[in-house]
Amino acid sequence: MAMYINQELCISCYACEQECPTKAIKFSNRKFEIDLRLCVECEGFYEEQQCVAICPIDGCILKLEELQLVFWKIYRN
Amino acid sequence: MSGCHSKRCGIGNDELDFLPENIRKKVENHPCYSQEAHHFYARMHVAVAPACNIQCHYCNRKYDCANESRPGVVSELLTPEEAVKKVLAVAMTIPQMTVVGIAGPGDPLANPDRTFRTFELIKESAPDIKLCLSTNGLKLIDYIKKIKELDVDHVTITINAVSPETASKIYPWIFYNHKRYRGLEAAKILLERQYEGLQACVENGILVKVNTVFVPEINGEEIEELSKKVRKLGAFLHNIMPYVEGDGTAFQKMGIKPPTPQQLKEVQEKSESHMSLMRHCRQCRADAVGLLGEDRGQEFTKDKISKLEIRYDPEFRRAVHESIEKEREKLKKAKALLFTNTKEENDITVLVAVASKGGMLVNEHFGTAKEFLIYEVSSAGIKFIHHRKVTPYCHGSISCLDGSDILEDTISKLSDCKAIIAAKIGFEPRDVLEPKGIQCVDEFAYLPIPEALAKYYEKYVLNKETVGV
Repeated sequence: MAMYINQELCISCYACEQECPTKAIKFSNRKFEIDLRLCVECEGFYEEQQCVAICPIDGCILKLEELQLVFWKIYRN
Repeated sequence: MSGCHSKRCGIGNDELDFLPENIRKKVENHPCYSQEAHHFYARMHVAVAPACNIQCHYCNRKYDCANESRPGVVSELLTPEEAVKKVLAVAMTIPQMTVVGIAGPGDPLANPDRTFRTFELIKESAPDIKLCLSTNGLKLIDYIKKIKELDVDHVTITINAVSPETASKIYPWIFYNHKRYRGLEAAKILLERQYEGLQACVENGILVKVNTVFVPEINGEEIEELSKKVRKLGAFLHNIMPYVEGDGTAFQKMGIKPPTPQQLKEVQEKSESHMSLMRHCRQCRADAVGLLGEDRGQEFTKDKISKLEIRYDPEFRRAVHESIEKEREKLKKAKALLFTNTKEENDITVLVAVASKGGMLVNEHFGTAKEFLIYEVSSAGIKFIHHRKVTPYCHGSISCLDGSDILEDTISKLSDCKAIIAAKIGFEPRDVLEPKGIQCVDEFAYLPIPEALAKYYEKYVLNKETVGV
């Protein structure tokens, strides 16, 4: 389980990076990425995923499995 | 604060004359707080704060245009260290820059580390520069102590509503206490925090200006009440700004329209009986540099600054400020002699548009003016109303409007003005403007604005040939 940032939508505002309780979000090569090994989807910390709750762009940060579902639907059609 | 808020009493005629001496000292060289100072002193914003903790329907964080370094454009974002270097470079190139603000592109207090580190570094290396902060107020109470410690003595809070119902039409959500709140609940928390933050600032001796985005069909009915409320809580200036339609914003998609200059004037007049207003705001970007009407940001890009060798020289800056003060003093004295300051019977009041690029002078041509300063003139004196942005007539190729369309647009914006006073007005625009009842006056070129207005009034409104100045 982990969160994923859609690079096409991200505006690089740093908001998620500051809120992440496990410091899983890093800025490198001019983009923000979530370290799959560190992200726990805020379980044990907060009720909501902090990155999603503060992100100004709808649909920019998704759960990895949600993303997989999206890809799977595209593939099936 | 008490007493008369009418700008017509007192010869100084600057909005700040009513303030106690100690507060006036704090703001008299601040271009955003003193209408008169903004002709002489410059400001800059450093874009160190990209994150935001609320969403406003008039803001689109995705918006990214080559000509606009608004929210989210990372190439223009500065680290605190880069920001200080930029501040010092600007301070030496534009020594009339007296104020550095942090206003975004997100919310400064949603980026506390970057914001306060920047203030600390500026305070260390250029202690003569005033610091200010512009926030949505959600986290203000949490940082009052830090703000006071760093001598940030000007705080602007954007408050757009009195009732949570109205606020909920402006803010779809807020991020607070690790949770996203929506609707009325979000609006209630935000308003409460904004008003508490305002009070806490006042209690700690921090000057507060309140900004309000005026969206006629959303909060138009509440603005007057808002003015009363923030005055009661101790804010010392209220800035009612017109909502500017931004591409891709929720308001744009809903078809919400910005106010006309006349609507803005009306709402300002209502509020003015309760509260002192800032009327000269240019709604500048989070990285603006220069006098309020101009933006010299392009001269100070990261790339250009990185190559600069800067030696900060406070003595040089002091000397420049002294000569500005002498000039201001001279103009103030001259202004005091211009008008009778008593309202005569059957007094005629007219609106006049002035083209200026700073220094309180009529020193801009009609064709190159990007904005006009609108003054109300009567025998009692002059009163600054607001500025109106126009497309420069001489740059027909830069936009989709051609020359005559631009002129039509300018005319529609200045239709309630009796005259335009500029350093130069060409024959072509003159031939179009004068038949529409707008006088074109360029005989007072390079005079101070108050003197030009007084001479214009005597000669063209009262029809007297000589002026006793």
